[in-house]
Amino acid sequence: MANEIAIGAAAPGCKKVDPILIADGVVRQFGGLTAVNVEHVEIPRGKITALIGPNGAGKTTFFNLLTGFDKPNSGTWTFDGKDLAGVAPFKVARRGMIRTFQLTKALSLLTVIDNMRLGAQKQVGEGFFASFVRPLWKAQEQQITANADSLLKRFKLDAKREDYAGSLSGGQRKLLEMARALMGEPKLVMLDEPMAGVNPALTQSLLEHIKDLKSNGTTVLFVEHDMHMVRHISDWVIVMAEGKIVAEGPPAEVMKDQAVIDAYLGAHADTDLGTVEIKSIKAGN
Amino acid sequence: MTNPTPVVEALDLHAGYLPGINILNGCSLVANQGELIGIIGPNGAGKSTLLKAIFGQVNIREGAVKLNGEDITNLKANKLVEKGVAFVPQTNNVFPSLTIEENLEMGVFQTPKRFQERFDFVTSIFPDLGTRRAQKAGSLSGGERQMVAMGRALMVDPSVLLLDEPSAGLSPVRQDEAFLRVREVNHAGVTVIMVEQNARRCLQICDRAYVLDQGKDAHTGTGRELLNDPKMVELYLGNLAEL
Repeated sequence: MANEIAIGAAAPGCKKVDPILIADGVVRQFGGLTAVNVEHVEIPRGKITALIGPNGAGKTTFFNLLTGFDKPNSGTWTFDGKDLAGVAPFKVARRGMIRTFQLTKALSLLTVIDNMRLGAQKQVGEGFFASFVRPLWKAQEQQITANADSLLKRFKLDAKREDYAGSLSGGQRKLLEMARALMGEPKLVMLDEPMAGVNPALTQSLLEHIKDLKSNGTTVLFVEHDMHMVRHISDWVIVMAEGKIVAEGPPAEVMKDQAVIDAYLGAHADTDLGTVEIKSIKAGN
Repeated sequence: MTNPTPVVEALDLHAGYLPGINILNGCSLVANQGELIGIIGPNGAGKSTLLKAIFGQVNIREGAVKLNGEDITNLKANKLVEKGVAFVPQTNNVFPSLTIEENLEMGVFQTPKRFQERFDFVTSIFPDLGTRRAQKAGSLSGGERQMVAMGRALMVDPSVLLLDEPSAGLSPVRQDEAFLRVREVNHAGVTVIMVEQNARRCLQICDRAYVLDQGKDAHTGTGRELLNDPKMVELYLGNLAEL
């Protein structure tokens, strides 16, 4: 597996056979705290890559930097061969790198279907003059709506089509966020904890959808704490800790790494928590 | 436990946010003294709404909520806190511009004299909150904020703790810790009602669980029963863990 994706042995910052995203020397400091300090990382094209690591490791900050939502102190990165450092978030999305957020950002006073339609790119009707001439964009809007409806069905949101996004539950907002990102037909989709708050049975069916994305040539990079999901769908795993890339490799190998187990997976990963000894504490007076 | 004493009783609740649209459609739940109750179910089933209804955050249109036999339907949150009920919401659950210590202080704003005693208790469960007390909550990662939020709820010395997805956004080791902390808190005598998407973990630690579907309590049973029920696996748990 490592040979298909990486050049040589799997190691932090190793070169990939066909990278879509390459980052170099990306550093972001908040006051005295270095949140991200990535020397070199490459994301393999057409694969599903998981970015894992302890809370506060800098995973989301790294996402924010790559997508232009935050500015690094230093560093460069290229997407599909083109320099992307300093590019505004909306332009990053137009180039085909679309992300979701851990804390969802739905437009709560628009309906679910309108939120979805907004996600589509290159809409003719967005032009000032074109917007007055319905025949110019009618067919495209129908196509977009059809796409949106099929995604909503897949994400079990079809019953909520006409409801305000603000009326959705926490988990449903998460699903809308992911479905909307896919409306943009991204080359690289970056999902920040897509399954946190999503029911396990639905998670499982969505994983199939993510695999379908891969077979259609989309590259997926996701942050996730659900190790079953990581093990099940990812081709490659990158581990971050304290802002740095500390391990890389195929999921089965990374999860056997003792340092990863100690810092991240924990000793109880495969045990029943109902049987683990707990300390007794007194609940105050 | 012989003769369980009901602490929280939610009886046939109908509740919702928008006029005419009910999220809860006749949902009932009983939590007995010292029990750890789990609530699981699909997205949009009304799990968070049930917690909010108990905590007076959403208008109850029909049905009643009782605390130790006393009617607390639609009682305001500050009154409920005085009665020993604490709630940790799913999101926006810390004050980002305040430090960890100030966030915890907010938990006891009605009884400031108890700050030190409760602070010692909370930091005995979450030692990190003590060592990083001067740090702004807004600078914490999602998982660290969850710890602050749970710590703040415990500051009021609750007899009932309502938790909305305490493990969301935590790394696996932190999730396991969070669940063990919940067990510890429960072991210390606090009745806990917990909504969780990590259904397997939730069922492993809870005494009993309710499965919500479309605003009703569709199934109930002990954590073990539900964990081993093939129908539950198919509908709610998934079998990703075994694949």
